[in-house]
Amino acid sequence: MKAPVSWIREYVDLPADVSVEDLAARLTALGLKLEALEKPGADVTGPLVVGRVLTMDPEPQKNGKTINWCTVDVGAANGTGQPQGIVCGAHNFAPGDLVVVVLPGGVLPGGFEISERKTYGHLSAGMICSAKELGLGDDHSGIIVLPADAGEPGDSVREYLLLDDDVIEFEINPDRAYALSLRGVSREAALATGAMFTDPAARNVPAPNGEGYPVEIDDLEGCPVFVARTVSGFDPTASTPRWMARRIQLAGMRPISLAVDVTNYVMLEMGHPIHGYDADKLQGTVRVRRATPGEKLTTLDDVERTLDAGDLVVVDDSGPIGLGGVMGGATTEMSDATTNIMVEVASWDPVSMFRTGKRHKLSSEAGKRNERGVDPTIPEAAADRVVELLVEHGGGTAGPGVTKVGTAPTSPVVTIPASLPARITGMDIEPATVIENLTAIGCNVDGDETLVVVPPPWRRDISDPFDLVEEVARIVGYENVPSVLPPAPAGRGLTQGQQLRRRVGRTLAGAGYVEVLTFPFVGPEAFDTLELGADDVRRTALRLANPLSAEAPLMTTTLLPGVLETLARNVGRGTTDVAIFEAATVTLPHVGIASPILPVDRRPTEGEWDDLNKALPDQPLHLALALTGDRDPAGWWGGGRPVSWSDPIETVREVAAALGVEVEIRTGSAQPWHPGRCAEVFAGGRSLGHAGELHPRVCKALGVPARTAVAEIDLSALLELAVAVAPAPEFSTFPVAKEDVALQVAVEVASEDVAATLREGAGPLCESVRLFDVYTGEQVGAGQKSLAFALRFRAPDRTLTEAETGEARAAAVALAAERHGAVQR
Amino acid sequence: MSGPNSSYDPVQVTPLGEEQVFAMRDEALAAIEAAADLEALKQVRSDHAGDRSPLGLANREIGALPPQARKDVGMRVGQARGAVNQALAARQEVLEEAAEEQMLLTETVDVTLPWDRRSRGARHPITTMSERIADTFVAMGWEVAEGPLVEAEWLNFDALNLGADHPARTMQDTFWTEPAENHVVLRTHTSPVQARTMLTRTPPIYVVCPGRVFRTDEYDATHSPMFHQVEGLVIDEGITMAHLKGSLDHFAQATFGEGITTRFRPSYFPFTEPSAEVDLICFVCRGSGLNETGDATCRTCRGEGWIEWGGCGVVNPRVLVACGVDPERYTGFAFGMGIDRTLMFRHGVEDLRSFFEGDVRFSRAFGTEI
Repeated sequence: MKAPVSWIREYVDLPADVSVEDLAARLTALGLKLEALEKPGADVTGPLVVGRVLTMDPEPQKNGKTINWCTVDVGAANGTGQPQGIVCGAHNFAPGDLVVVVLPGGVLPGGFEISERKTYGHLSAGMICSAKELGLGDDHSGIIVLPADAGEPGDSVREYLLLDDDVIEFEINPDRAYALSLRGVSREAALATGAMFTDPAARNVPAPNGEGYPVEIDDLEGCPVFVARTVSGFDPTASTPRWMARRIQLAGMRPISLAVDVTNYVMLEMGHPIHGYDADKLQGTVRVRRATPGEKLTTLDDVERTLDAGDLVVVDDSGPIGLGGVMGGATTEMSDATTNIMVEVASWDPVSMFRTGKRHKLSSEAGKRNERGVDPTIPEAAADRVVELLVEHGGGTAGPGVTKVGTAPTSPVVTIPASLPARITGMDIEPATVIENLTAIGCNVDGDETLVVVPPPWRRDISDPFDLVEEVARIVGYENVPSVLPPAPAGRGLTQGQQLRRRVGRTLAGAGYVEVLTFPFVGPEAFDTLELGADDVRRTALRLANPLSAEAPLMTTTLLPGVLETLARNVGRGTTDVAIFEAATVTLPHVGIASPILPVDRRPTEGEWDDLNKALPDQPLHLALALTGDRDPAGWWGGGRPVSWSDPIETVREVAAALGVEVEIRTGSAQPWHPGRCAEVFAGGRSLGHAGELHPRVCKALGVPARTAVAEIDLSALLELAVAVAPAPEFSTFPVAKEDVALQVAVEVASEDVAATLREGAGPLCESVRLFDVYTGEQVGAGQKSLAFALRFRAPDRTLTEAETGEARAAAVALAAERHGAVQR
Repeated sequence: MSGPNSSYDPVQVTPLGEEQVFAMRDEALAAIEAAADLEALKQVRSDHAGDRSPLGLANREIGALPPQARKDVGMRVGQARGAVNQALAARQEVLEEAAEEQMLLTETVDVTLPWDRRSRGARHPITTMSERIADTFVAMGWEVAEGPLVEAEWLNFDALNLGADHPARTMQDTFWTEPAENHVVLRTHTSPVQARTMLTRTPPIYVVCPGRVFRTDEYDATHSPMFHQVEGLVIDEGITMAHLKGSLDHFAQATFGEGITTRFRPSYFPFTEPSAEVDLICFVCRGSGLNETGDATCRTCRGEGWIEWGGCGVVNPRVLVACGVDPERYTGFAFGMGIDRTLMFRHGVEDLRSFFEGDVRFSRAFGTEI
């Protein structure tokens, strides 16, 4: 809402010592937030005067244009009293006309400095201005031709043009619909300054009679009040007075024609939307009803709309002629030939307005006010004001008939203990202050300890005691709320899950990974690129009804598209060695039930609470890793170590170890991994995910470097397995016996399986089995590999003999031979 | 037959006379002094202190001397050998020291060689900021509550006094999921966690909930369809706006430094009444609106002296009722701030997209704690 301060002053006698900045600050403190302070006219400086065109010589130019070489009488404003020579490109004037002249030294909006300059073979000393050049609107069709009473040549024209004003733009919250008008803003300005307020809606209006335009309301809930007035013999060529056009413009709307401008002006003034009809186009009784489904209406914006049974429509014998309270219809629109006008000022049900606006995606100045709720007691005043202005500026006669159908709904009665504002705000607020402040905003207040409050009709937002608390608090001043720490009981700190998630992040950062956060939106193509199978569960994704991009309508089921895109971006920006991780939830929908919309006047039952939660998709936390380039950079110490399939596997093990979880790595097979370089991670008897090298085809398709390595695991599941309290280890201090074993097996045999067998075969004396070398080559022959393990033996109670270790080692080798065909080398 | 040599020949022992022994000693000492390195000293040791050295041979001959000569000669030779051995040890020490020094010298490296042998990891500043905020409140005895990102419409809106026809629903442009009749949304704020907390815990409730939220905002330097909020909720007996102000002032100081306070401006949120916007006194210019030298406007607050930080208010009793809290007994307050926004002005991040592009250079600058 933009409010010209000159307009506010019309209703409030602002104290002289209150500056515009001060007023804006005080209103902000009251809840009308300053959005911007504009000083229109401030960007026009220097001599701007009335000039009389003395001579005007058209001179055709080579470029096809014709310019006018003019001499203009600017009185003594140019210091010489001699006519000023000015080149002008416009043609909508004639010698003798009064025009607006900016003389050399002046500056126009945009920092456009005026000086004497040679142009078209003349010395042009100044400029004859159009409205647009002065920042007075969009009209660039020609220069401004002033009426005879605008002043004498040489007189300053600023005041006449209403160039200078201050405009405060407010951000109006949905609960302060009354402030979407000068009436409301001025009322608050009076409250802020203690000045007197004159209500523009307080008018003596003619009583309703039976002679007005016939109106009937079928749906009094949707439209409780409809006031109609008429004006006949209106002059459609009459122009809007400058002050009205200027105010409409300063308030952020566009002047259109007198009849339309008057309805907009009164809406801005009083806050009540108004609609004007060309009365000659109306056929019979005007009626308000709900639309018949499928009914058609072409609205003022030339869009044909198919109506819904919930829409309120204004109809006449021809059918729908307006979408009530939101937008008028094209068939009865006022035009430049309209001489008879019917003025409608009707109250509408805000909920219905909101729904209709949303349904038809229609946002209008009228709809914005109607859906927030306007004062239902002022339609007669608003209609009377419109008629007054139409007649005053457009001639014609006010029709004697005054139609009023329906009655304004009454305000609710709110009961509030006088102590409540103090109890809720923590400020010392005496009951007398409560009564005084509520009265100041227009409430009717009765009682002393318990107050019976009737809010004013323009405050349709007030329905609860706490609404009144806010009203009192904002007038007492939020700056007076004391600062006191609440006495919280001893808390339990972070949960184990919260602590562990931090530990995972720190572990990964310590391992050289950088955390990234990616958007969860993907398209089905992302799954195709990962070569997910047709029946892969990751293809079952939750779909958004209104995605930002049609290409990414799904909530992702895997973090891989996001981290790989991020990896590619880093590589593209020249970071060739990248190790990143993301820990975020994915969305895994299940065949769901609908989430109920429950009542809000009570707590949900346990069953309802279950239903609410059951309707939601599973949202487990996943961890994704992606690496490329060198894992250990090259340097003066030697060559770098390129990222390999083993890095993400190792990192998963590291994360698990940080959580005290033992994971088992098995040969895996999953998209989008390299079929021969994919590990499946198990813990607690279940699969947690996969790690290894990205499939070369997928690397290519995603534009990430070859050999990029990735992992994705279910972090929620891993966290569940975390050891809360680690038991102290028991270990022997007797000497260790070391034995190395080299075993030859087929290449397909997983080393982890052989290690497990050795562990089992070696028995309880075996402390650890560690693979320290893998060899493939001539010495073992094709299809074979040699695995070298270091075995450590130790007893808890004695030093082992060579015979004991030898026996355990032999048993281990024997079992490996039996299970895996291993041959000792 | 053993026993003293009976055929003592004084001529034979002449070489063991005082002069000769001293000469041997002095020769040895001079050789020791002249030994330039440990290798040379080793040779000197063998030449002058070994079994076959003159003194070594002399020592052997002592036994062959008649008893009356043995004492004198023995003492003389013994003293001479002692002096030589002492000198050897001393020289050995000196040469060893020198050798070590030399070794250390040759081992000198250029310690300014660039290192970075392992690339540095980092956590995301939004993660670490969320943790920092959580820690501030946990230190006051509050707890950290969480909830799902894909949320029930009822919890995201209705339970928070945002009925289907509430004009404020359009204030938060919502991502809806299909099918529409399932009434499931991407949460538009962390406030449904408030509702969940009230429905699953009994007062007193003191919780803070940092988390990810979604709105259908086009992605640009100041808007993102995904961003992060932190929500605070307190439900207890006798809670007032003063407690809200106290908590936020503490939060402001913990995040921006000593003496940083907040101010309230009346505002509107359906879930709170009274409602307020929270402004933070600019932590750079401390409210003056001017830069350090006082000749231009402060860049952080753009000359306002205050920074818009978030929204807050007293929990609307309608919300308490829907969430099963007795509004006659309990009151509460809630607040919400943007974590991304807080980071932007705390650290001078110019473009919101920096958080989501995942350029490793960005996160690395913030390290692992913030």
